[in-house]
Amino acid sequence: MKLNFHVNGAGREVDVPPMKRLLDVLREDLRLTGTKEGCGEGECGACSVILDGEVVNSCLIPACQAQSADILTVEGLARDGRLDPLQQAFLECGGAQCGICTPGMLIAARALLDAHARPTRDEIKEAIAGNLCRCTGYVKIIDAVEQAAKMTREG
Amino acid sequence: MAVGQNVLRKEGYEKLTGAARYIDDITLDGMLYGKTVRSRVARGRIKSISFDPACDWSQVVVADHRDIPGQNYVALIENDQPLLAESEVRHYDEPILLIAAESKHLVEEAARHIRIEYEELTPVLTIEQSLEGGEILYGTDNIFKRFLIARGDVDEAFKQADRVIEGEYRVPHQEQLYIEPQGMIAIPGDGEMTVMGSMQCPYYIHKALKQLFNLNDEQAVVIQTATGGGFGGKEEYPSVIAAHAALLAHKARRPVKLIYDRAEDIAATTKRHPGIIRHRTGVRRDGRLVASEIDIVLDGGAYVTLTPVVLSRGAIHALGPYRCDHVRISARAVATNTPPNGAFRGFGAPQVAFAYEMQMEKIAAELGLDPLELRRLNMLREGDLTATGQRLTWSVGSEEVLQAAVEQSSYRERRHSTSTSLMPGSDESKRRGIGLSFFFHGAGFTGSGEAKMKAQAGVEITAEGRARILSGSTEIGQGTRTIFCQIVADELGVGFEEVEIEEPDTSRVPDSGPTVASRTCMVVGRVVQLAAREVKEKLTRFVAERYGAPEAKLIAGHFTADGKRLASLREIALDYIAQHGDLRAYARYAHPPGIEWDEETYSGDAYPVYSWGAEVAEVEVDLDTYEVSVLKITTAQDIGRAIHPLLAAGQIEGGTLQAVGYGLLEELVWDKGRIVNDRLTNYIIPTSLDAPEMETIIVEKEYPHGPFGAKGVGELPMDGAAPAIAAAVFNATGAFVTEIPITPERLQAAIEKRALTS
Repeated sequence: MKLNFHVNGAGREVDVPPMKRLLDVLREDLRLTGTKEGCGEGECGACSVILDGEVVNSCLIPACQAQSADILTVEGLARDGRLDPLQQAFLECGGAQCGICTPGMLIAARALLDAHARPTRDEIKEAIAGNLCRCTGYVKIIDAVEQAAKMTREG
Repeated sequence: MAVGQNVLRKEGYEKLTGAARYIDDITLDGMLYGKTVRSRVARGRIKSISFDPACDWSQVVVADHRDIPGQNYVALIENDQPLLAESEVRHYDEPILLIAAESKHLVEEAARHIRIEYEELTPVLTIEQSLEGGEILYGTDNIFKRFLIARGDVDEAFKQADRVIEGEYRVPHQEQLYIEPQGMIAIPGDGEMTVMGSMQCPYYIHKALKQLFNLNDEQAVVIQTATGGGFGGKEEYPSVIAAHAALLAHKARRPVKLIYDRAEDIAATTKRHPGIIRHRTGVRRDGRLVASEIDIVLDGGAYVTLTPVVLSRGAIHALGPYRCDHVRISARAVATNTPPNGAFRGFGAPQVAFAYEMQMEKIAAELGLDPLELRRLNMLREGDLTATGQRLTWSVGSEEVLQAAVEQSSYRERRHSTSTSLMPGSDESKRRGIGLSFFFHGAGFTGSGEAKMKAQAGVEITAEGRARILSGSTEIGQGTRTIFCQIVADELGVGFEEVEIEEPDTSRVPDSGPTVASRTCMVVGRVVQLAAREVKEKLTRFVAERYGAPEAKLIAGHFTADGKRLASLREIALDYIAQHGDLRAYARYAHPPGIEWDEETYSGDAYPVYSWGAEVAEVEVDLDTYEVSVLKITTAQDIGRAIHPLLAAGQIEGGTLQAVGYGLLEELVWDKGRIVNDRLTNYIIPTSLDAPEMETIIVEKEYPHGPFGAKGVGELPMDGAAPAIAAAVFNATGAFVTEIPITPERLQAAIEKRALTS
């Protein structure tokens, strides 16, 4: 079926089977490979994208559900070559090691910061609880989200 | 200076923008998708393989062992593991056939149309069954390997002991669970084979490909792509996947991509070795260790793979960081019909660390001593001898780490006496406890491994006048690219930004040895430093000649003589290249002088140096549900000079949380040799909500033969959390747990046993 939606602000049209996973539409049809697959069943969060303001596991979303949607992937975070404060903070705080969970982690954190300018460490932990990281022990990811919130508030 | 600074990681921008290319992000023209067809029995003979004509087989490439041009084994220690099973299968999920087709859908469809009939044989599924010897899988007694470490007169020393304390400890399988599943793409060429993918050790794969396909060094090319975590899981197993992809590509004459899904990755690839470890310790009344007898049995799985070296590291670390003059350590690894166990961060040490620290906890409890004082009384200090008779002469941070962890956590103040009358259902449903662990980890290969390997690395100056590092060491998240550039920047006196690092590609970088064993910074980092030094010396000789300034020295990036700057390193280097064509130097690793290891008696200097750690865990135990929450971990780790303190702390925190998973959560469930919980819904690793607050103290006892004083950090953090948590649970509940993970079921049993005996 023909689908029209916005990805990272740009209108896109694809012709795909309606039950094709949104993850595969992004990675295969749109070549947006920043969104990763870690488990294929909604447990690891590596495939997180923001769909109409909500963080979703794109491996669990059939393409047809994205009709007319507004989707944000990791590729849409930096604007005009300028990193999102979250990306900058992850870089400075050591929030990314192997980098495979990072796109999903950034997306989950972006959704949190869009909703809460001043999250507590517990709220950050809650917000990223659906995103598994095996490298960091989460400490520096939480540090990075805190710092990004601060950077955003302080402009 | 770049060393000691938290510079931004080299490949950080790509990783944060989604631009980094992992293997599954790469699609090539004409590429086929591969799949592995695996055994559905744990042990048996293959009776027949049939291809259902309902599938259009003209669309499918099928390869079996007969398609292998060379010999059918995966090159490792014993070469006993076939790339594809021939007539016999020795574990569930063992690879038998390979298929490839134009799409993932087609290849899955084809796999459903293959029927394999087996004559099932009785499988050996546990250590106990293997030792009983009812079925023989390997040699005459199922023993893959045995080691004996003996020092002093153990039998006589036991007679001198006031008490003899015995304990038996059990440790489970653990899955590495890198978030990026394993995968490779193989590209056939004219008499060549190129494989790229997710890996720790390009030269392991290179060696395997050469033997399987009769290729020479140049004909086999292996390239690492961005790798989404390894933890040992991408040490040896990727050779199998690379060779499978290559065999399909060889037969199809087209590129083939082979990516595991999570279930296949959990079910088929290597795990941490499970084990049973028994301690018998003779002690004086005051707690002094006088005799120690330790028996280790690890489950190697179906093939030898890396088991002997895992066992060796386990045996050498089995006594722990303690002094005892009369020691006998017997270590065996047995064959079973389970998937081969292999490398996983710590490599035998986390297994024995749980046992030796629980044994110390038990000794303290039985003698009525403070567990901290017992450690202080027996700890190895500079000048002491280890179990293998190694005298510790440098960089021994044992006292510092223990003191730092204890003080920072207020361990003494927070520890309350172990309860003796606790019953489930009592008023207080939640109990808190605090426990500590003390541990060490030898950095680099064991024994003469590094001396034989002679790891190589190079540094060259590019046509643009930038320094470029040439090394087969891989970036797997731990920071290889960043720390190597820091080391070279400081050795040459140039800025961190002026140093780059070549992609790990066997056609372009030398064999630096595998990216394992906490050796990348300490061993290969040292070689990289020496290569940079050689570049510097070449230029110094050149300057002496060209400027007639034999006394000229490189200071802050400039060659300087008599206090006068002659030219920058870059200018001189470009001048050198204009004359000589290129500027490149290679260096090789050599052990520091005086390091001696006797392979025959298993005695001497097992490692050039050790890293040291102490950890304090605070837990809360819910006595209604028997769940354990780890509230806080305070850890102090002596890793020598921290080249990049932020990355080093990241290693410690990440390793610590993996060890929390090992101690509390992670367990495989088996059914007749098949892993039942092969997915992330039921193989549970810690989430952000399971992660304790962590406080990390880096202790820097510089190692004179490491780059700028650095030692190894990668594996040490894996050793300490499980026993610290178990000690804290003991402190909270009085229940002494001897097996991990401490699941609610296991804790309930331990508390009920405690209730019965008190």
